[in-house]
Amino acid sequence: MTNLLFALSVAAIAAAGLWLALRRDLVDIVIGLALVGTAANLFLFGAGRVVEARPPLLAAGETAFAHAVANPLPQALVLTAIVIGFALTCFAVALALRLAGGREVDGDALSAAEPPPARDGEPGGLP
Amino acid sequence: MNAVLLLTALPVLWPMLTMLACIACAGRSRWQEGVAFAGAVGFVAITVALLAGLADGAAYVAHFGDWPAGFAIAFRIDRLGAAMLAVSALVLLAVLLYPARVDASGPVGPWSRPLLFGLMTGVGGAFSSADLFNLYVWFEVMLIAALGLLVQGGRAAHFEAGFKYLVLNLVGTVWLLVAVGGLYGVAGQLGFGQLAAVLPGSGQAALVTVFVALLLLALLSKAAAFPLFFWLPAAYPALPTPLLALFAGLLTKVGAYGVMRVVGEIAVPVAQPLLPALGWLAVLTMLAGVLGAAWHWDMRRVLAFHIISQIGYILLGVALGSVAGLAAALFYTLHHIVVKANLFLIGGLMRRCGGSFDLRRSGGLSVTRPALALLFALPAASLVGVPLTSGFWAKYLLVRACFAQGAYAWGGVALLVGALTLYSMSKVWIEAFWRRPEAPAAAVVPLPWRAWVACGALAAITLAIGVYPQTLIAFAEAAVADLALPNGGGR
Repeated sequence: MTNLLFALSVAAIAAAGLWLALRRDLVDIVIGLALVGTAANLFLFGAGRVVEARPPLLAAGETAFAHAVANPLPQALVLTAIVIGFALTCFAVALALRLAGGREVDGDALSAAEPPPARDGEPGGLP
Repeated sequence: MNAVLLLTALPVLWPMLTMLACIACAGRSRWQEGVAFAGAVGFVAITVALLAGLADGAAYVAHFGDWPAGFAIAFRIDRLGAAMLAVSALVLLAVLLYPARVDASGPVGPWSRPLLFGLMTGVGGAFSSADLFNLYVWFEVMLIAALGLLVQGGRAAHFEAGFKYLVLNLVGTVWLLVAVGGLYGVAGQLGFGQLAAVLPGSGQAALVTVFVALLLLALLSKAAAFPLFFWLPAAYPALPTPLLALFAGLLTKVGAYGVMRVVGEIAVPVAQPLLPALGWLAVLTMLAGVLGAAWHWDMRRVLAFHIISQIGYILLGVALGSVAGLAAALFYTLHHIVVKANLFLIGGLMRRCGGSFDLRRSGGLSVTRPALALLFALPAASLVGVPLTSGFWAKYLLVRACFAQGAYAWGGVALLVGALTLYSMSKVWIEAFWRRPEAPAAAVVPLPWRAWVACGALAAITLAIGVYPQTLIAFAEAAVADLALPNGGGR
């Protein structure tokens, strides 16, 4: 039951992110991709199995776990992925705001770096 | 700290230290240039030391913090990784020797050299790391440094190029992360060696196929393979020439290296549906790239599309899954990094002499600049695959491997794309060098000696490999024999 709920929430977040990422406004795209990234992080977390468990800590003198323990590795991986994703999202937001300058900007309008098409179908010249 | 541990960590530590040193002298351009150049020389020395130590076929392994294998963050540099490191260091040296402002393609600001070494930190880490998650982390290090370099020009075109590059690479990154998570969920391991041991007996062939396919897809998007190459021609031409040469030479090839590593190490049990699919994607990549190059007139765009086409060749070798195929792919990669970086550097010189990157607006360079024409002809011939250049042997090995395994269609397309490459490079040659210029010839501007040395040295490497290829062929075959290959040979 928990697993199903977990999987459904990941799917819902990914779907919301995908929907936003496919919109045309630059800021929406960035937020959408951040949501998709969050879904990926949760997926990675789920790969370590979602179970009711205790922290993997041994008391002094013990040599084996007497109870189910959580897998710390996916948590460490997710932490790394969150940090990286956060940095990239910040950068992307800054870039989108710089490009948009407060307006709503269509992704298709980004053509300063592309050669404009000439009348005969050939690529036009760039400065 | 023992010597092996230090040497294994140096491909990451050294660029990182150079980056810090470059930041420390960010205000003094001359000093920074010197520090960066010294850093590149040191990097070459490190890779030479690594290659020398691997002559007998072992690998440098380091488990950081003395944790046991499977728990530690591990680096493992074998001959495949060391060769990629060595050629990366050489290209870095050439790019830093090349003057920062040869043409009007944009400024190289005080932050570009620190970011450049940040990029090399990521490249060094990707070629050294022994597990999937670390590979992901190093790809992100490369991505953020590359973004910094893309936008440091500060004009609208730079921000747009950066945004496209970022968005399309973020998608690839998410795929990579999901694939890593999925494989961890199936195998409980992330190291290449451990995955190779656990995956064949996991009993979940369908899941493994899906996640390895996703992993390959993510790496293919980083390598700019069909149909995930749109970010490359959109972003690269916004860069100033020396940085463009480094991006063109190295970045997509890190993705191609990832594909080689995955096919060679962990895709063995699921090779059957995946390798033929990879082969056909490679065929489409070759065709799409060369046709894009044939259409464009901007020198940088022509060359950018050729990157995609050549990535197709490399992937085709990997898709063969045999020692001969992967050896051809490795040989092709090493040759291609040198040639492609050199062509972009020479493109900057042509821009300076001819006044434009647009081929329709330049011309007559073979009369005013015979030495430059010769310098361009060498890597261009190598890109096409003319005998006596490294490109001939790269294509020969690849096509021979295709035919030996009965992949006649793949080999045939490789030959056809070679002919189309010839067409595209002749277009550059005819327009920029042979055609009578429309405007009367401008005064001949002097070209800096450092640019001659950088381009000449890279061209000399191409020629040397072309005249005497045996050493590199034998090395490539030995290097991929360390991998566990799906179609025969190997470990």
